[in-house]
Amino acid sequence: MTVPVPYRVVAHRVDTPDTATIVLEPADAALPPFAPGQFAMVYAFGVGDIPLSVCDIDGPRLAHTVRTVGAVSGALHDVRIGRTVGVRGPFGTGWELSEAEGRDLVVVAGGIGLAPLRPLVLAALATPERYRRLNVLIGGRTPDDLLYCGEPWQAAAGVRVTVDRAGPAWTGEVGLVTTLIDRADFEPPRTAAFICGPEPMIRATAADLVHRGVDPDRIRVSLERTMHCGTGHCGHCQLGPLLLCRDGPVVGWTRAEPLLMVREL
Amino acid sequence: MTGCERDSADAVIDKDGMDALITILAARGRTVVGPTVRDGAIILAEISGGAELPYGWGVELEAGRYRLVARDDGAAFAHSAGPQSWKTFLHPPRVREWSADRDADGTIVVTADDTPVPAYAFLGVRPCDLRAIAVQDRVLTGGRYGDSAYRRRRDGAFLVAVECTEPGATCFCVSMETGPAVGPGYDLALTEVLDGDGHRFLVRAGSGEGAAVLAELPSRAADSATRSAARDRVAEAADRMGRTMPLVDLRTLMRETLDAERWNDVTSRCLTCGNCTMVCPTCFCTTVEDVTDLTGDHAERWRHWESCFDRDFTHVPTGPVRDSPRSRYRQWATHKLGTWYDQFGSSGCVGCGRCIVWCPVGIDITEEAHALNRERGRSTAQEAG
Repeated sequence: MTVPVPYRVVAHRVDTPDTATIVLEPADAALPPFAPGQFAMVYAFGVGDIPLSVCDIDGPRLAHTVRTVGAVSGALHDVRIGRTVGVRGPFGTGWELSEAEGRDLVVVAGGIGLAPLRPLVLAALATPERYRRLNVLIGGRTPDDLLYCGEPWQAAAGVRVTVDRAGPAWTGEVGLVTTLIDRADFEPPRTAAFICGPEPMIRATAADLVHRGVDPDRIRVSLERTMHCGTGHCGHCQLGPLLLCRDGPVVGWTRAEPLLMVREL
Repeated sequence: MTGCERDSADAVIDKDGMDALITILAARGRTVVGPTVRDGAIILAEISGGAELPYGWGVELEAGRYRLVARDDGAAFAHSAGPQSWKTFLHPPRVREWSADRDADGTIVVTADDTPVPAYAFLGVRPCDLRAIAVQDRVLTGGRYGDSAYRRRRDGAFLVAVECTEPGATCFCVSMETGPAVGPGYDLALTEVLDGDGHRFLVRAGSGEGAAVLAELPSRAADSATRSAARDRVAEAADRMGRTMPLVDLRTLMRETLDAERWNDVTSRCLTCGNCTMVCPTCFCTTVEDVTDLTGDHAERWRHWESCFDRDFTHVPTGPVRDSPRSRYRQWATHKLGTWYDQFGSSGCVGCGRCIVWCPVGIDITEEAHALNRERGRSTAQEAG
């Protein structure tokens, strides 16, 4: 059991009609540092806590992007600046970007799956000499659902974006995120890929990359399951042999693929 | 020693010695919990004397059936697993994890629950249940994050194991290699012997405190007749197991049969009630509940047992991951017999048979494992043919 540590909400930004990003600063002592891909259990007072990956790590400051789908996410989405929330963590595995040094990077995000990938992209941009070409491919349901639009890193990373359903003002790509892979600039045998999004999107993207010759051992995916404790004790996040709060959420594709191929595992 | 492997410090006590054991443990400040007859079952409850033990009671077990039966030999431990297990005490059904208070300026102070835990003495821990405690130890305290409250309850507990001499029809500890002889981890181990030489218990210590308690007990030195009678009773029990598991690597069997037709068959019977998970001595899953008082400024986090058979157990924003009953029974069985090894380094099943007894429709995990093994054999044969 871990006990929530108080963090103050110091910024709040509405990203999309159902999504907001909250920035948290420790009220007193900070939790140990988070790595990109890891998650926190964030507690809304009296309502409950939910797993949220970190979308920004700035010293002791943490940021989380919250999509409102239930009571807790609704409360955190609507939290006011100055209020205190509880944070437990850091939990789970990270992207382990350092393992990808010297490689082309392919980062593929679907919907809010961009949130955990954001600090990975920022880290790659901060040390460009360590990697070859950086490709960031983003898919969203509609143009209104796209996250972090206009943030400087998006231009720096040369993100490619597609949506499932375009609006009248949309002049960009329409279609699944996998259609962007054709135009990405990478040499498959020398590539490391990082994928987060809905499970069908993860499966399709990883299969496409493997088909093109990317080593499955060089593909890491972030998976979602129910999480209550974050500490491997509540049993909810099992995926076959994995406890995703402990052995995930970021899992190598070699490990994840056979498990995701079993219906309702 | 007369050719047996018993600890040289073993001794023999009688029924008065059993009374004394309870008194001594209570005098050491322990809450003594043991089997006692209540509500037509042998349940685990706080006891204050040997008279509360189920002398003269046994149980008749079958799939979906539990009956208390009177015995004329007066044995105290001639019953096998009952409706509860020791997890009721070590990993309680409902606990408060922490409280949080919010003051006028919105500052939150979180306080971990520090309700004192009793120093338990568990009397009558069967070998399968002793193993189950070790299994839960690994789950709840073996990883990076220990459950500190579990650790406190566990560290304070004194375990009096009793070897199994009367296995039930649903028992399969021999298959799971957890009994009927006692394994490591006890403070005291007893074997009940009833023969022409009287009703007595062979006792040996497995820890320093166990040895200290044994030294305080009115006992006599163990004689070779009692030792060999005890050994024989346990050996005979091993030959009288009511159930067996297939003699294959169960972990591999589970991994290789995820798409088996048998899962459809068992789910046509399974009510997904979750009884098996509640009575299982190793099932550990929990959920949390957050509550506030009427002021809205005092909140508490409670944790309670949860079952993987609940549809909401795997709820994510897109719905339950394991929606079908088939996937939920398969999760429980494959976790217990297979993926538990991957997660915690051992089997999650100890062969106590509770899930068979307390299943309202009598689903038998050993029968299901045999059926999966036969189905795997058939499909392997077809592929080869």
